[in-house]
Amino acid sequence: MVFEGNVFRYGNDVNTDFIIPARYLTSSDPKWLASHCMEDIDKNFIREVKPGDIIVAQKNFGCGSSREHAPIAIKAVGISCVIAESFARIFYRNSINIGLPIIECPEMVKEVEKGDKVRVDLSKGLVENISKSKKYKFRPLPEFAQDIFKVGGLMNYVMNKQKGK
Amino acid sequence: MGMTITEKILAKHCGKKKVEPGELITAKLDFILGNDITAPISIEEFEKAGAKKVFDSERIALVPDHFVPNKDIKSAEQAAILRRFAQQYKIKYYFEVGEMGIEHALLPEQGLVLPGDAIIGADSHTCTYGAIGAFSTGVGSTDLAAAMVTGEAWFKVPESMKFIFKGKRRKWVTGKDFILNIIGDIGVDGALYKSMEITGEAIKSLPMDDRLTICNMAIEAGGKNGIIPPDEITEKYVKSRAKRPYKFYKSDSDANYCCVKEYDVSKLEPLVALPHLPSNVKPVSEVKNIKIDQAVIGSCTNGRLSDLRIAAQILKGKRVAPYVRCIIIPATQAIYLKALKEGLLELFIDAGCVVSTSTCGPCLGGYMGVLAKGERAIATTNRNFRGRMGDVESEVYLSNPAVAAASAVAGKIIHPEEVVD
Repeated sequence: MVFEGNVFRYGNDVNTDFIIPARYLTSSDPKWLASHCMEDIDKNFIREVKPGDIIVAQKNFGCGSSREHAPIAIKAVGISCVIAESFARIFYRNSINIGLPIIECPEMVKEVEKGDKVRVDLSKGLVENISKSKKYKFRPLPEFAQDIFKVGGLMNYVMNKQKGK
Repeated sequence: MGMTITEKILAKHCGKKKVEPGELITAKLDFILGNDITAPISIEEFEKAGAKKVFDSERIALVPDHFVPNKDIKSAEQAAILRRFAQQYKIKYYFEVGEMGIEHALLPEQGLVLPGDAIIGADSHTCTYGAIGAFSTGVGSTDLAAAMVTGEAWFKVPESMKFIFKGKRRKWVTGKDFILNIIGDIGVDGALYKSMEITGEAIKSLPMDDRLTICNMAIEAGGKNGIIPPDEITEKYVKSRAKRPYKFYKSDSDANYCCVKEYDVSKLEPLVALPHLPSNVKPVSEVKNIKIDQAVIGSCTNGRLSDLRIAAQILKGKRVAPYVRCIIIPATQAIYLKALKEGLLELFIDAGCVVSTSTCGPCLGGYMGVLAKGERAIATTNRNFRGRMGDVESEVYLSNPAVAAASAVAGKIIHPEEVVD
């Protein structure tokens, strides 16, 4: 899988209340969640984001609540991939389980600016900052996580296994 | 090399003699849970995938607690999804509003989560049950959906950190201060992906309610789980409640820890986490002239009976400051009833507080105490992220119940000893 898009850049500890505030959790409709994505940290995000764009953040992205609404909102708004120095563990799990590509690549994060054009090749483990003419390698997800991705998420993975039993 | 308590519980639940940090395992689960925010997505995933039955209708809890009694039409629809599913699949532990409580206070109280268990919950504060010696961790809705089908979850065996508390704690210092101290020391990602084992002589004498508070906030340091070695206090708490057999595990003396920290609690004073991170911790005596508009005493962190008793010690015969709202939320119906019988609720009302039915409500800015722009709250809750309790320009300060109650009386953040002797 290859993605290309422009970067929205954030700092450390972007919590799930920033990604989707709890006041909007009275529904789990992806379109509704997407319409409020990043609202409390970046009011312009919703107006500026285009399908394929990429979120880049520093440490501990997605900390706080376990709400799966957070990766759902990011995926539904059209973000192709999130790159961070590190992810909070529940957000990490949730992203794998719903098929939102996430990448840990600290070197890339340090040298990127908002609006940079970036290309990600998931299978090759390669990120290219086209605007800065720089390339970075990252460690691919564990094999079983890639298997979950390939079948479209954890539920399909589990149901396939159940059928095999 | 021996194993930690977390490694032992995980090994047992994946059918191995030994597991090591970094190893990927599939573990059988003893209990799973979801709430009115997270479970609707799980139920949708469950049905969309064509699942026809749950793995065990007596090992799943559905607890509407975040926005119930329903705050609006949309939240009523979310709660209705849980109710319908619980009826359809005969989920034994669905808690209707009159039986309910905040999930992480309710399930230990009901003896549904037990020592030695492996537990997942679609709520980040599921780590609370480590206080009774279980491996318990928060996950998302899809993990819960998958577990409803299989009774299993995948885990990477975490490395373990050990936190040793020594010394005798001073008056007004509680479990909340122990955990804020850790988070202030290691930061909000200081235990990322790791297990936090909390032990030491100061823990051995610590009541269960304080232990539950400590493990509740392991997630605020990024931890996968918090866990306290079970002992006589655990046995006493669990014995009369347990709905199933249970087992105590203990770390081996030669178990491996990636980090060991020691703290002397005799030097600790009540702490406050300033906006906008739980790690932004200061001793309360250093927090000067911070006026408050609201105090919240409740939540899965600090809404238990001993928390209410502490608040009552402060509020007895006192009056909440003018223009300050003090909102007290007993965490379960059973706690509410005990507080009523002990006369605590009357004391709170006499002091000018309001007492709410159990709900997560204001902790996550849901309802029952949302803040306006520019307002400031002290709260016994667990997160003080920007906008957490309301407007994005409001502020939340985290503390123990004594500091919150004293601050309600003073109208500003204050050490409890300045309000009572």
